[in-house]
Amino acid sequence: MGKIAQLHRLLETKKISCKELTEAYLRAIEADNKALNAYVRITPDTALQAACAVDKKIAAGEAICLLEGIPMTLKDNISTRGMETACCSRILQGYVPIYDAFVWQELKARNAVLLGKANMDEFAMGSTCENSCYGGAKNPRNLTHVSGGSSGGAASAVGGNLAVYGLGSDTGGSIRQPASFCGLVGLKPTYGAVSRFGLVAFASSLDQIGPITQDAEDAAIVFDAISGKDPQDSTSCGSEEPAVPGLSKSLSGLRVGIAEEYFEGIRGDVKASLEQAISVFREMGAELVPVGLPSIRYALPVYYILACAEASSNLGRYDGIRYGYQAAGYSSIHDMICRTRSEGFGAEVKRRILLGTYVLSSGYYDAYYKKAQKLRGAVIQDFTEAFSRCDMILAPTVPMTAFESGSAGQRDAVETYLTDICTVPVNIAGIPAVSVPCGLDGEGLPIGMQLIGNHFRERTILNAARQYEEATGRVWIRSAEMGVKL
Amino acid sequence: MSWEMVCGLETHVELSTQTKIFCSCRVRFGGEPNTNCCPICVGHPGTLPKLNREVVRYAIMAGLVMNCEIRGDARMDRKNYVYPDLPKAYQISQYDKPLCEHGHVTLSSGREIGITRIHIEEDAGKLVHQGGNTFVDYNRGGVPLIEIVTEPDFRSASEIREYLEQLQLLMKSIGISDCKMQEGSLRCDVNLSVRPAGSKKLGTRAEIKNMNSFSFIEKAVDYEFHRQIDLIESGEKVVQETRRYNDGDNTTESMRSKEDAHDYRYFREPDLVAIVTTREEVEAIRALLPELPDTKLARYISSFGLSDADARLLVRYPKICEYFEAAARGLKNPKAVSNFILGQIFRTLETEEDKEAARISVSAEHLRELCSMMEAQGLRLNLAKAALDKMLETGEPAARFITKEDLEGVDEDALLAICRAAVEANPKVVSDYLGGKEKAVKSLIGQVMRETRGKADAVLAEELLIRCMREKA
Repeated sequence: MGKIAQLHRLLETKKISCKELTEAYLRAIEADNKALNAYVRITPDTALQAACAVDKKIAAGEAICLLEGIPMTLKDNISTRGMETACCSRILQGYVPIYDAFVWQELKARNAVLLGKANMDEFAMGSTCENSCYGGAKNPRNLTHVSGGSSGGAASAVGGNLAVYGLGSDTGGSIRQPASFCGLVGLKPTYGAVSRFGLVAFASSLDQIGPITQDAEDAAIVFDAISGKDPQDSTSCGSEEPAVPGLSKSLSGLRVGIAEEYFEGIRGDVKASLEQAISVFREMGAELVPVGLPSIRYALPVYYILACAEASSNLGRYDGIRYGYQAAGYSSIHDMICRTRSEGFGAEVKRRILLGTYVLSSGYYDAYYKKAQKLRGAVIQDFTEAFSRCDMILAPTVPMTAFESGSAGQRDAVETYLTDICTVPVNIAGIPAVSVPCGLDGEGLPIGMQLIGNHFRERTILNAARQYEEATGRVWIRSAEMGVKL
Repeated sequence: MSWEMVCGLETHVELSTQTKIFCSCRVRFGGEPNTNCCPICVGHPGTLPKLNREVVRYAIMAGLVMNCEIRGDARMDRKNYVYPDLPKAYQISQYDKPLCEHGHVTLSSGREIGITRIHIEEDAGKLVHQGGNTFVDYNRGGVPLIEIVTEPDFRSASEIREYLEQLQLLMKSIGISDCKMQEGSLRCDVNLSVRPAGSKKLGTRAEIKNMNSFSFIEKAVDYEFHRQIDLIESGEKVVQETRRYNDGDNTTESMRSKEDAHDYRYFREPDLVAIVTTREEVEAIRALLPELPDTKLARYISSFGLSDADARLLVRYPKICEYFEAAARGLKNPKAVSNFILGQIFRTLETEEDKEAARISVSAEHLRELCSMMEAQGLRLNLAKAALDKMLETGEPAARFITKEDLEGVDEDALLAICRAAVEANPKVVSDYLGGKEKAVKSLIGQVMRETRGKADAVLAEELLIRCMREKA
């Protein structure tokens, strides 16, 4: 049984009140957040208010749904009315949204207990969480290592038992990579399965909100709650079928695609863990099918061109006029906007705005943006062909394990970008993928694998993840010795 | 050497849909600053646009009346530029797949002006400069616009004016915009170059902005035309630039050169999907189009018997036309209705706006009653006119001002008696008349009309008077 179901049962049977549960989490945050830096803002009043509402319902004998009263967190780029949403950027300091994101509306309606907003790389740009204006979140498995990024705070909180689940956003791996680094399950849903309304945009054609949890069942429960068609998001189409009811299907006859392109250049211990996982699937009766994805070698440059182009446009609105940070001592409106942006954005965000502006400029557009759009089509085509021969593709999530904290200086930007090589193809193709823990390296740092599905096949990949967890005796689902202990 | 003007227009028309293009804020002019906006039209972080399909329908209507082809897979794009009145730092517009393309409008000379494209986009907010400070008002942000781009087909300022008047009338007739230049719901930029008459080559063009009336456009075009000719004739070159029109001295001045032109970095708006429009939808919209001004003009002349000049005056105001047709319904002589409207009624509509809104104090129903009294009950025109004046003053129906006697008139026997008496009483007039001064009868008619308080039929009275005078001969 997953953690959400366990806690739900405790609440339902009145073994523990929601207030007690919430207070336990708030105390644990008080104790451990200094070390983890998972939360950038803690919201005890909101949390306790929701907890009281749940306790009242239970006392009145009303039924509660699975997510009711479950303590959780939201990445700092998910809009929460009346609660600062700063994307961990200096430029959005003090910005308090006047509306709720669709996903938060859905969870609020289920009396979710929001403990606080989770740390992230500024505007979701980064792979370490260290691009946060609040400093990076630490890896609960090893505090000298990063939690990953960009949804590092949510992974750190869930891995450190400071939240049962968290919602992150994934533009090029920002849910799956930190989940992999922290030994957690992270689902990037199909583009359009979850409404983006209220998610502060990084790259609109790639962004997708999804859960970070301790196991596959919890991911399925949260996914079912947040997916659905939202008229406020024209690109949303909802999900075709709920994932939870499909979680006990045998994998016998499941065609698992293996693309060698994914295994080029990955670290030996990561490769070995993946090979072990593949043999587990074979033992469960899955059929292994070699598939070719030749275009994904272009996925990384395509991703960085498209994502930066969209980001340069999406981030144009931060000018200091209406909300957030405004530079002092300016001489004109032009000077004010220049200073605000120079002082308000961090180095990585500036780099991507510059790159994106460049690739869209007249004279360069055809060579970069237009070509990248064409290649995006080729990547989509490759996946379409692969899924005509298999039901799911198994691949590494990251070519390595969590970086040491503060090691960013040892890598240049391109080296850091290269670590996204296994996660970005899925965003380019708009398909779903879940990262599932499948091993540990020599230092005890988690290794993750990705199960990639065709459009709207979250049920298939989450069931495969769940069957894998069961077949391996949930051996890789081991949370850190901190936070709330059940 | 004689020079030819080569000119094209970009016209922005604000659509009068109920709500804005990407959110549910109302479309309305004015209001306290920043009271008619929401997180979406102010571009708060995380918000997404949602296309108002009514905007698409309005734009298709515009495309159809300007003879355009309608694209089935139009797309929205982002036009990126930084300005404080543009809260997202990009305008959602259309770049390479506009909704309407390849249309034309025909001028009265028979010349066709090609319509390159009509696309939909959002309007920006407004900067308000006050007491050394600059404020920004986002009420207008997100109001739907269409931009109508013509081919460089204009050869004179008067052609431009005719085109704009036609465009304005078309938009009003189909009810998609009030097209008020003074309120900014119709805005126009001009691209102008000159070339030797007969040449096929295009000269270097300048774009002129900031003209907020038709006559300013005419003046700006004339000024710019001659400025460019003077430059070339004095051996200088026209530079490609954007110029601002100054209405103070009717001149244009440089705003920014080509080098300073924006690089808008257009790209597909990822937050919106393709605007799919089927041929059936387009035909359904076409079928619901109201009668267009040209057709209406022809009909008023042929079926209502109006003069060309009168019909043109009416057709300029779609609401007046509605009023006219309601008042003329079922009458044998619609011309009488038109005469009342263009005469007495128009005199009460002081401003152009009053005419556009057809702010008439007499209902069409009451006007019809009045006209039908003339047709069916013999009410004299002079009495009807007097009654209409009172009706316009009070808003009350004709019956209130017309007595039974007014309608009855004077029967022929009684009239003959009155005429005979008049002839008896004015021997001088009779001898004048019989002596050949035919006009002398007029004074007698006047007397008879006075005697009958205008109720008599003047034509009949003349006949009877002449008969009586001949009896004297």
